[in-house]
Amino acid sequence: MVRSAKLKRHVPIVSSLLPLLYASTVHAQVPQSVFAPAGPVARTQGGLLSLTLYVAIGIFIVVGSILFYTIIRFRAKPGDPIPKQIHGNTTLEVIWTVIPIIILTVIAVPTVRHGFSLASPPTDDVLEVRAIGHQWWWEFEYPELGIVTANELRVPVGQVIYLTLESKDVIHSFWVPRLAGKMDVVPNRVNAMWFVAEEAGIFYGQCAEFCGTSHANMRLRVVAQPADEFNAWVAGRQSVEAIVPANDLVARGKELFESTGTCFACHTVDGTTAAGKVGPDLSDFGGRTTLAAGMLPNTPENLAAWLRDPQAIKPGALMPRLNLSEADIEALTAFLHSLM
Amino acid sequence: MNHTAVEHTATGMPNRKLGMWLFLASECMFFGALIATYLVYQGQSLVGPYPEDLFDIPLTTVSTFVLLMSSLAMVLAVSASQRRDMKATRLWLAVTAAMGLIFLGFQAYEYNHFIHAGLTLSVNLFGSTFYVLTGFHGAHVLIGVTWLVALLVHTLRPLDWERRALDIEIAGLYWHFVDVVWIVIFTVVYLLGVGG
Amino acid sequence: MATHHEVLQASRAGVFLPRPVSTTGFWSWVTTVDHKRIGIMYFFTSILFFLVGGIEALIIRTQLFAPDLKIVSADTFNQLFTMHGTTMVFLAVMPLSAAFFNYLLPLMLGARDVAFPRLNAFSYWMYLFGGIFINTGWFVNAAPAVGWFGYANLTSTTYTPGLATDYWTLGLQILGIGTLVSGFNFIVTILNMRAPGMSLMKMPVFLWTTLVTSFLIIFSFPSVTVGLILVTFDRLFNTNFFEVAANGDVVLWQHLFWIFGHPEVYILILPAMGIVSEILPTFARKPLFGYSVMVLSTMLIGFLGFGVWSHHMFTVGLGPVVNSIFSLATMAIAIPTGVKIFNWVSTLWGGSIRFKTPLIFALGFIFQFMIGGLSGVMHSSAPSNAQQQDTYFVVAHFHYVLIGGALFALFAGIYYWFPKVTGRLMNEKLGVINFILMFIGFNVTFFPMHFLGLMGMPRRIYTYDAALGLQFWNQVSTVGAFILAAGVTVFLVNFVISLARGEKAAADPWDARTLEWMTSNPPPVYNFAVTPVVSARDEFWARKYEGVAAKESAAALEEAKKHGIHIPGNSYFPIIMAAGITVFCYGLLYSGALAIAGLAVTILSFFGWAFEGVGGTIIYPEGDAR
Repeated sequence: MVRSAKLKRHVPIVSSLLPLLYASTVHAQVPQSVFAPAGPVARTQGGLLSLTLYVAIGIFIVVGSILFYTIIRFRAKPGDPIPKQIHGNTTLEVIWTVIPIIILTVIAVPTVRHGFSLASPPTDDVLEVRAIGHQWWWEFEYPELGIVTANELRVPVGQVIYLTLESKDVIHSFWVPRLAGKMDVVPNRVNAMWFVAEEAGIFYGQCAEFCGTSHANMRLRVVAQPADEFNAWVAGRQSVEAIVPANDLVARGKELFESTGTCFACHTVDGTTAAGKVGPDLSDFGGRTTLAAGMLPNTPENLAAWLRDPQAIKPGALMPRLNLSEADIEALTAFLHSLM
Repeated sequence: MNHTAVEHTATGMPNRKLGMWLFLASECMFFGALIATYLVYQGQSLVGPYPEDLFDIPLTTVSTFVLLMSSLAMVLAVSASQRRDMKATRLWLAVTAAMGLIFLGFQAYEYNHFIHAGLTLSVNLFGSTFYVLTGFHGAHVLIGVTWLVALLVHTLRPLDWERRALDIEIAGLYWHFVDVVWIVIFTVVYLLGVGG
Repeated sequence: MATHHEVLQASRAGVFLPRPVSTTGFWSWVTTVDHKRIGIMYFFTSILFFLVGGIEALIIRTQLFAPDLKIVSADTFNQLFTMHGTTMVFLAVMPLSAAFFNYLLPLMLGARDVAFPRLNAFSYWMYLFGGIFINTGWFVNAAPAVGWFGYANLTSTTYTPGLATDYWTLGLQILGIGTLVSGFNFIVTILNMRAPGMSLMKMPVFLWTTLVTSFLIIFSFPSVTVGLILVTFDRLFNTNFFEVAANGDVVLWQHLFWIFGHPEVYILILPAMGIVSEILPTFARKPLFGYSVMVLSTMLIGFLGFGVWSHHMFTVGLGPVVNSIFSLATMAIAIPTGVKIFNWVSTLWGGSIRFKTPLIFALGFIFQFMIGGLSGVMHSSAPSNAQQQDTYFVVAHFHYVLIGGALFALFAGIYYWFPKVTGRLMNEKLGVINFILMFIGFNVTFFPMHFLGLMGMPRRIYTYDAALGLQFWNQVSTVGAFILAAGVTVFLVNFVISLARGEKAAADPWDARTLEWMTSNPPPVYNFAVTPVVSARDEFWARKYEGVAAKESAAALEEAKKHGIHIPGNSYFPIIMAAGITVFCYGLLYSGALAIAGLAVTILSFFGWAFEGVGGTIIYPEGDAR
């Protein structure tokens, strides 16, 4: 009893050290670190992880030391007699059965408690988002806001995001380590999870269930913004006016997108006639930090490379090589980057 | 050395008999998984035909009864072989096999009727689960029938009775198991399943 | 010792092929039913597949050395990790364990062979042909690429068209049948063929772990057999088991797979634990500490092993009730596992420990298995599991228990029993170098994977974003993999050299404790001229040091010399039937006619097997045979 009480007392202190260590030195360079929680779900899960980690390290040190000592102390020396043939010791067996039970109880109690608490998200002031997994990109719909986007999930800082997860094809898994542990995205099933981004920033994530050729390339970002910036973005997305191209190049790009370039067959851009549902919604593409589902920074060069040959960047991608001319690529790039 | 005698073992049970019990224990898991699959998907089909459209419980009750009676025939065959009664052994082996074949005949008739009513392997979940579950069971019955016929043919060869009785007893264990599995399938799929 | 033998002709009534009679040459191996030969065949075949799986791993590690490398394509990488996992689990570790079961079971029991010698041979051929079948994919550009646990509905024809996934499903069925059958064989052998006086609680612990492993096999394999049947029917016959459009439930596959898959990992580790439980007492010169507790723990692990499968599914969304139950059950299974470790350490405590290679590998096992077990306990907590599942943290865990644990123990077993099988000792110096390289290489490869997982690296990715900061530990890990490969190379060199000109070994080179060490190197084909009579656990040690008399009568030995010992006859049907089943599976993929031909061969060989009669050889031991 004393032991478990002691452990409980030290856990908050010690468990805050490790994440602090990582957060301060590592998380900028390790954007998917599990030990740099930026929200309550990841923090709770991380605390439990730290608890089990310290228990594991503790047991390892104790048992490992005994093992090490044993093999040194009892190594055979020449002329050693046959040692006493001891067959067992009931007291010892009881002791080393009971102690693990106690240790495991220390882990079991918060496991069950947090398992239930994490499964019931807060109910006030919740923003609902539907995340739909596709091979190999993420669709995000805000049902209450009437907005559809892809691959970069914008959320307001400090608000509970209630994410329902569906799949259009095979099993995927939604994982943004700094915000929450993963939840699988299963066809014919609606899973749910929640998180809160407590600070503004860009949080890296990726699919965590093998889903085919480009599973490694099914990445995502959660972009947490202060509430006013988020609301401005929402307002911008909700007001769907016909797009007025800023210049001829953009106009040419829009024309390609809507007709001869066949982009409209798979993609939607609000404010144009393109309403395809096969591929990602590109209505705010210009404002995204990455393209191809978190694979590359969203620069003109990368976009041009993608348009030239999507398969070279994302093997197996459903987007075909369109054999566009360089001029067309330039125009489409200008058009897509104009979409905010 | 008498190679045809049954060997002495530490448990007292001959090797092949113990082996059959273990095999049947394993088969419990096999059919358990198939039945569980059926139950998971019961009532989940999006389109018909549905069980209540197709099942003819009275008819299937008859075939179930036939299979059940075949187990009785099997018991009589085992008993006859233990009494070294060649005529009775042959008779009851043949009756068991024949009743097994009758059961399979009913199955074939049922499958035929269902297929004509539109139930195929691919049309819905009911078709997939029903045919695979009962199909594997039917295959087990067919193997059993073949085994019994082989035993019957084998009675034409000289063999010591201790060995032969053991062979028939082991076949009996298998046959009863296949019967029990059918009882479960009949109950779960047919009797409890309509209205699901 | 000299023997002479005479051959019995099998009765030929109604049979297609006579039972072969030669004892030397190629065909005598192809038709052998001798458990020792079968064990040797399992051994060499498993080492071969282990090297194949190892090369697949080296390519994987090379590709992951740095972000965005293009050493292999995405598709090839996905095939590589699928085949690496499938090969190592089903074609390397399990059969290597089977090599030990096959060679040692009858010897440790005091028996002449297993209960069903032809079935034993059949299991081996199903393994070989299944391994060939599943690797055929490499040669026809259709290697499976669905991961070693092939989640539906990625395995549907919609998402993996072509033959690759079928090679996987059917190949596993072939392998599964062989394994299942050996499960029945070993249980009957252990329960029925123990030497007089050897009660279950006097058996060597290795036999207990074999017994429990075999029960795990016969109860768990049917679940994956059914799962694979459902996937195969979906792919070949358009059923709807995992067809989303028809309301199929892909999670059903996961349940069916993991109900098998979790016991499977105990199938992989229990034999290794048994080996360690034999080796430690020999080299500490003390009995295994807590024999009854070790037996009970083994049974508990087996039993509880069926109640934890959903811990592989904590992130599937089954809800907090289910997740909590499985968390608690998983923690519970840590207890008998931990108890074993304490008993092993206590076996060493107070002993007189000789540091020979078998013991050194066994120590490596304890140390590394402990680490793997502890990371397993970390996984057991469902909420924090959500940050570990499907990451390299899990990859670290299972490689610690499978390589650091099972493989190291199997290597210990190889060094330990090599003299009994070959009559020579493996070289100690090379053995230590082997261990050091493997120990360093293994830990350098896999310890960093704990970090990588917690740094956010998921599993089964052919490359990773340079911005994630994962490169350093990936590079360390890759270097470690090549060191590990060097260690394995030293092992192979040691093996070959020792086979050719290793120091000759006495029958009992380690001053060991169990019955197999009473026989010659290698044992005669009949193992024991007179079945030993047992009255103690560690009977051989008791006879050497505790004044327990040998209870076999001189009369029994005279009887054996006069009337001879009957050795089961060889047979063609195990290999023919295995070939028939394999051809049937190829036929399902390529040609209906081939499938029918395969099925016909299978059915005919079944009858041939049943009716071919006893046959065999009578061997007359001479001289001072034991």
